[in-house]
Amino acid sequence: MDENTIICRCSDVTLKDIRELIAQGYVTYDEIKRLTRIGMGPCQGKTCGQLVLREIANATGQNIADLSFHNIRPPVVGVKLHLIAEEAEKHEE
Amino acid sequence: MKNKADIVIIGAGISGCSIAYNLAKRGAKNIVVLEKSFICSGSTGACGAGFRMQWGTEMNCRMSKFSTEFFENANDILEYDGDIELRQSGYLMIADTEKELAQFRKNIEVQHACGIPSRMVSLEEAKEIVPHLNTDILSGAAYCAKDGFLNPHKTTDAFYKAAKRLGVEFYTFTEVTGIKVENGRIAGVETNKGNIETRIVVNAANGWSQGLAKLVGVELPLYSERHQILVTEPVEPMQDPMVMAFNLNLYVQQTPHGSFIMGRSDAGEPRDLRRTSSWHFLEEMAKTIDKVLPAIGKLRVVRQWAGLYNMSPDRQPIYDKVEGVEGFYVACGFSGHGFMFGPVTGTVMAEMILGLEPTIDASRLRLSRFAEGNLFTEPSVV
Ligand SMILES: Cc1cc2nc3c(=O)[nH]c(=O)nc-3n(C[C@H](O)[C@H](O)[C@H](O)COP(=O)(O)OP(=O)(O)OC[C@H]3O[C@@H](n4cnc5c(N)ncnc54)[C@H](O)[C@@H]3O)c2cc1C
Ligand code: FES
Repeated sequence: MDENTIICRCSDVTLKDIRELIAQGYVTYDEIKRLTRIGMGPCQGKTCGQLVLREIANATGQNIADLSFHNIRPPVVGVKLHLIAEEAEKHEE
Repeated sequence: MKNKADIVIIGAGISGCSIAYNLAKRGAKNIVVLEKSFICSGSTGACGAGFRMQWGTEMNCRMSKFSTEFFENANDILEYDGDIELRQSGYLMIADTEKELAQFRKNIEVQHACGIPSRMVSLEEAKEIVPHLNTDILSGAAYCAKDGFLNPHKTTDAFYKAAKRLGVEFYTFTEVTGIKVENGRIAGVETNKGNIETRIVVNAANGWSQGLAKLVGVELPLYSERHQILVTEPVEPMQDPMVMAFNLNLYVQQTPHGSFIMGRSDAGEPRDLRRTSSWHFLEEMAKTIDKVLPAIGKLRVVRQWAGLYNMSPDRQPIYDKVEGVEGFYVACGFSGHGFMFGPVTGTVMAEMILGLEPTIDASRLRLSRFAEGNLFTEPSVV
């Protein structure tokens, strides 16, 4: 794959960016995520996550199934704040 | 892993990395930093990224000014190959009671005496600075254009890399499980990867620091408490400063890539090490933002996370050596503002450990102040 390929469309991160970080010793998904914002976009890593894990696995010789992906957090994705507020107020009444 | 070191630092958040860098810069050798997870995996990596000079005590004003001036030049000083993404786009502190407003006025006198360019702003001006602010519910505001935020991951990375270049060794995924004391003096640390002999241990483990101190029989008057935060979808730039309120209980900033990050304190939090996210926070946060900055309420939540505040009785850190255990140092209890004090933490601790003349007098933050009943009361903490 071309090194200028964009791995994370949401946060505009290239394969080259990822490989450079791995070469510097950042070999956990969490570190790479935090330094590049990869996986933090609206899709929350659905597109890019596996690609990053594959790069880490290739570079470190680990099995991709053994690598840890970031925590899947509560199902709030995509809900507007004011709707949450309205719901909360309804329950209080 | 090496089995001998002059100084062992526990924890590689902003505090541990800054202490390591400052020690090495002053010529200390043979320094090891132990981190149970990856660099910046603790509170620093979960924090709100804000720094401000709008404090109510002279010492906090001086310390935050020192930190701010450091941050302004940190890319150069630390010779960072990245960018710490400093943005001095201001802090707008909003009050909804006369009492809080009166406190702001008092604080500003203290800030001015320290040369901090803060000022009171009218509600009209507050609305010019943040057009979507609901000033109907406010009584006034204070503003400092030199406050702002910077990327905690990058900032910690900058200290980490600078320390590494100066010879500091970092061992990640290495958890301290025991601390050896012989004849009242630190003798070494035990980890899941082996033991290291040392005569100096620096406890920079923040939320976990009181647990570590217990390993040597020291009770620190600290507890840890979860604090939560959330981030929205990115939108076009619409808010420059951090908006912060103590009484209304919120802080919210728009990050350089467009999403909003916001948090608030929750009175009913249990005192433990949990870092899970809750619905309760989400609901309370949504209600607050809808009331204070309704336009932001229209945005979708993308992610929610949590980190630990390491709380001390006066919400101020402890920078000290521990009486009775020679060679044991603590830099913890930062409560909600240890990220912005990172440069101070490193400087104060390095000078204390090396017995150098202090650049900043932080003796008010000694451990014994609690036993003395001489608490350091800062009026402006979240
Ligand atoms: C939601 C939230 C928002 C915040 N917002 C701000 C803000 O806007 N501005 C601000 O200035 N501050 C803020 N803070 C506070 C700030 O994050 C902390 O005070 C600061 O990051 C503390 O840094 P530290 O390096 O001391 O601790 P940490 O970053 O927590 O580092 C401690 C490290 O010690 C490691 N450790 C623990 N136990 C062991 C062990 N036994 N062996 C080895 N390693 C160990 C941990 O893994 C961790 O990496 C916020 C905090 C939270 C939770
Ligand atoms: S593609 Fe990476 S977060 Fe969406």
